[in-house]
Amino acid sequence: MASSMMSFPSVSPSAAMSFQDKCKDKLKPGSAFFGKEKQPLSMKTKSHGRVTMAVAVNASRFDNITMAPPDPILGVSEAFKADTSDMKLNLGVGAYRTEELQPYVLKVVKKAENLMLERGENKEYLPIEGLAAFNKATAELLFGADNPVLHEQRVATIQGLSGTGSLRVAAALIERYFPGAKVLISAPTWGNHKNIFNDARVPWSEYRYYDPKTVGLDFEGMIADIKEAPEGSFILLHGCAHNPTGIDPTPEQWEKIADVIQEKNHIPFFDVAYQGFASGSLDEDASSVRLFAARGMELLCAQSYSKNLGLYAERVGAINVLCSSAEAAVRVKSQLKRIARPMYSNPPVHGARIVANVVGNPDFFNEWKDEMEMMAGRIKSVRQKLYNNLSAKDKSGKDWSFVLKQIGMFSFTGLNKAQSDNMTDKWHVYMTKDGRISLAGLSAAKCEYLADAIIDSYHNVS
Amino acid sequence: MASMMTRRSMSLMKSRSMMIHGSSRLMSTSWWKHVEPAPKDPILGVTEAFLADPSPHKVNVGVGAYRDDNGKPVVLDCVREAERRIAGNLNMEYLPMGGSNKMVDETLKLAYGENSDLIKDKRIAAIQALSGTGACRIFADFQKRFSPDSQIYIPVPTWSNHHNIWRDANVPQRTYHYYHPETKGLDFASLMDDVKNAPNGSFFMLHACAHNPTGVDPTIEQWKEISYQFKVKGHFAFFDMAYQGFASGDPERDAKSIRIFLEDGHLIGCSQSYAKNMGLYGQRVGCLSLVCEDEKQAVAVKSQLQQLARPMYSNPPVHGALIVSTILGDPDLKQLWLKEVKGMADRIIGMRSSLRENIEKLGSPLSWEHITNQIGMFCYSGMTPEQVDRLTQEFHIYMTRNGRISMAGVTSGNVEYLAKAIHEVTKAA
Repeated sequence: MASSMMSFPSVSPSAAMSFQDKCKDKLKPGSAFFGKEKQPLSMKTKSHGRVTMAVAVNASRFDNITMAPPDPILGVSEAFKADTSDMKLNLGVGAYRTEELQPYVLKVVKKAENLMLERGENKEYLPIEGLAAFNKATAELLFGADNPVLHEQRVATIQGLSGTGSLRVAAALIERYFPGAKVLISAPTWGNHKNIFNDARVPWSEYRYYDPKTVGLDFEGMIADIKEAPEGSFILLHGCAHNPTGIDPTPEQWEKIADVIQEKNHIPFFDVAYQGFASGSLDEDASSVRLFAARGMELLCAQSYSKNLGLYAERVGAINVLCSSAEAAVRVKSQLKRIARPMYSNPPVHGARIVANVVGNPDFFNEWKDEMEMMAGRIKSVRQKLYNNLSAKDKSGKDWSFVLKQIGMFSFTGLNKAQSDNMTDKWHVYMTKDGRISLAGLSAAKCEYLADAIIDSYHNVS
Repeated sequence: MASMMTRRSMSLMKSRSMMIHGSSRLMSTSWWKHVEPAPKDPILGVTEAFLADPSPHKVNVGVGAYRDDNGKPVVLDCVREAERRIAGNLNMEYLPMGGSNKMVDETLKLAYGENSDLIKDKRIAAIQALSGTGACRIFADFQKRFSPDSQIYIPVPTWSNHHNIWRDANVPQRTYHYYHPETKGLDFASLMDDVKNAPNGSFFMLHACAHNPTGVDPTIEQWKEISYQFKVKGHFAFFDMAYQGFASGDPERDAKSIRIFLEDGHLIGCSQSYAKNMGLYGQRVGCLSLVCEDEKQAVAVKSQLQQLARPMYSNPPVHGALIVSTILGDPDLKQLWLKEVKGMADRIIGMRSSLRENIEKLGSPLSWEHITNQIGMFCYSGMTPEQVDRLTQEFHIYMTRNGRISMAGVTSGNVEYLAKAIHEVTKAA
């Protein structure tokens, strides 16, 4: 049915006028509504039985809503797509690419999906806590299937919406049960961490982490800042393959971090988004979490299957809370569910089934481990190639070895914002403004080009 | 930096610290002592209890998930076909924060009409959402952020999770009259009074069709009056449409309330879900949309919706969205879907008649016409919590304690048993 609305061009109302005021104005007898001036509202005449009235159509409540800034990470891909240059390179978002720079669906995932298709499983709601088989598999993957904490049923696990969603549920738990408690996040950290804690209304502050002088870990600063935090703070730790720096503590350093956390009665809160992607070994990459668990510490741990199983868009992850007793785990799990219910009711089933099928089937699991090693291996080899090119082509004598020392999908180049902008504007290399490049998006073929871009940006732009 | 710890958590800290300083290898006392067990979700808890019941006679008319006449969950043929087409073909790259554009475009057509001017003029800010829950939650958070002084008016009764959603979004709630227990119908007069008495420019949440839990919908004439009064008062209408297609069998007809408001020029908000009408429950696919004054505003509003989604889940799951866009983007599959939706709705309408007849046949002194007057998945039976408890304990029939029967769980195989049980617990009333 064609609308007989007359529309007028939008006029920004004065900010001082509340929506209610605007409404009252329009409805006042003798108001300007029937007049000839331009109105911000559309007018419509409507018959209601015997009476014909012209009634104001609602003004928009969204007049004062401004455009949100583009997401610093996801916005990069959008900008990349819009670039028409042949040379363009997307080193923005941490999504694994093959040497041909194509997205990669793991073979084992395809197999699992086909199996699922054949079985023709239904699409019923999962319980609020998610797929039971997935929850079991994910906790075992994290802690190790033989870990006593699992036998003792001390871990509350619920499936979450990948890493982000799991972190968010944990943040809500902190806000609800530890009002006023702070989360300490590394400087720098993944850009979305602060958004998550902000939106969950959990106060946060930073602990020193990245040392620009060494392009390595500011270990003393980190320990000092953790020590200084109010007792009972939550310390957000990247389990492996720190994002964005790629700089991980050594096992000895992890021990010391655990010491100071215990001393200060803090609670460790791990974000494990790259298990398997750091060293290539799923077990090795979980060693930091297992170290803390072995000390009898309670901890929280968010997991994601976006990268290591390539399930990015399926949004599969989990939040685990390791408690000191099975009884506490039961209570905590019930409260995690209570947070999830008004957020999304229950998590999406498809990705969880894939994970459960892969991890639960010994053949698939072994295949996965092989593919994991292959992906991590490709990244290690482009690191090496990039380093080789940087060393060979940069005549200044700058030490580029940090590229080799860093681990995981990302490298923190040490480039500042202006230099990062140069990478994009001059070289069509897309990266985040904090100087992070995703090596997962780098091919061996492009290493030389990238080295040239980095050398140019580092030396010629300040 | 002063820490705002409660006394309780302070003393907890103290006792914990005393324990720790003994040895770093000693098992920590728990941080979580003060965490109480949460009450079971009133709806999803019913299914848990049902699953745990060993009785061979058990009947689940609790959660609103469609069942076929054998009581089995159904995956629609159009969905199976869509899945065959998409399996293994596409990569799983992150969707944009706002989700699949293709899926959102198709979804808006369903709510706003194929030829909607609002769509053509790009005046709708819309994002893919985590089913209906996720759409309502993002809207509630958006309302909190951009209309911080506003409240939400919620009908009595409503889906219990609505209260949780706006509460967790920190938006204060008010209620408006809706269900009339005496007639088991709509308390229209009180509803209109509440609409008139609310301060101008209030935010109302309305069920677009197939009200959950009552199954009681306003008539078209009543919707028109509500819309008119909303204009007079300058109220904001947020429609939760979780059952489009499921109520009458015809999605166009089920969207009538929304179309009335749109014709009247309201700038509405809308939550849509594919959980029931496409049987995609566990996939969590839905859409949140807000009508804006113009394209520029819609772009700004969408960017803010994305800004809320990013720290909640970054971007929505792809699988269900692909199923939706595959089906709705293919004329043949879409026709198949429409046929299957009608089939589901018809089966439920048939079960309503059957349940009513069976109870009446048993000579019940009460009126049961509300069973066939009400629409959609649910029947608000009028039974008390105590009667419901009896149904569960004596007859192993599971439903929510507000007396809501999910008609989707009624089959030709269990309708007589159900009727008998209902008659048994209500005949003395």
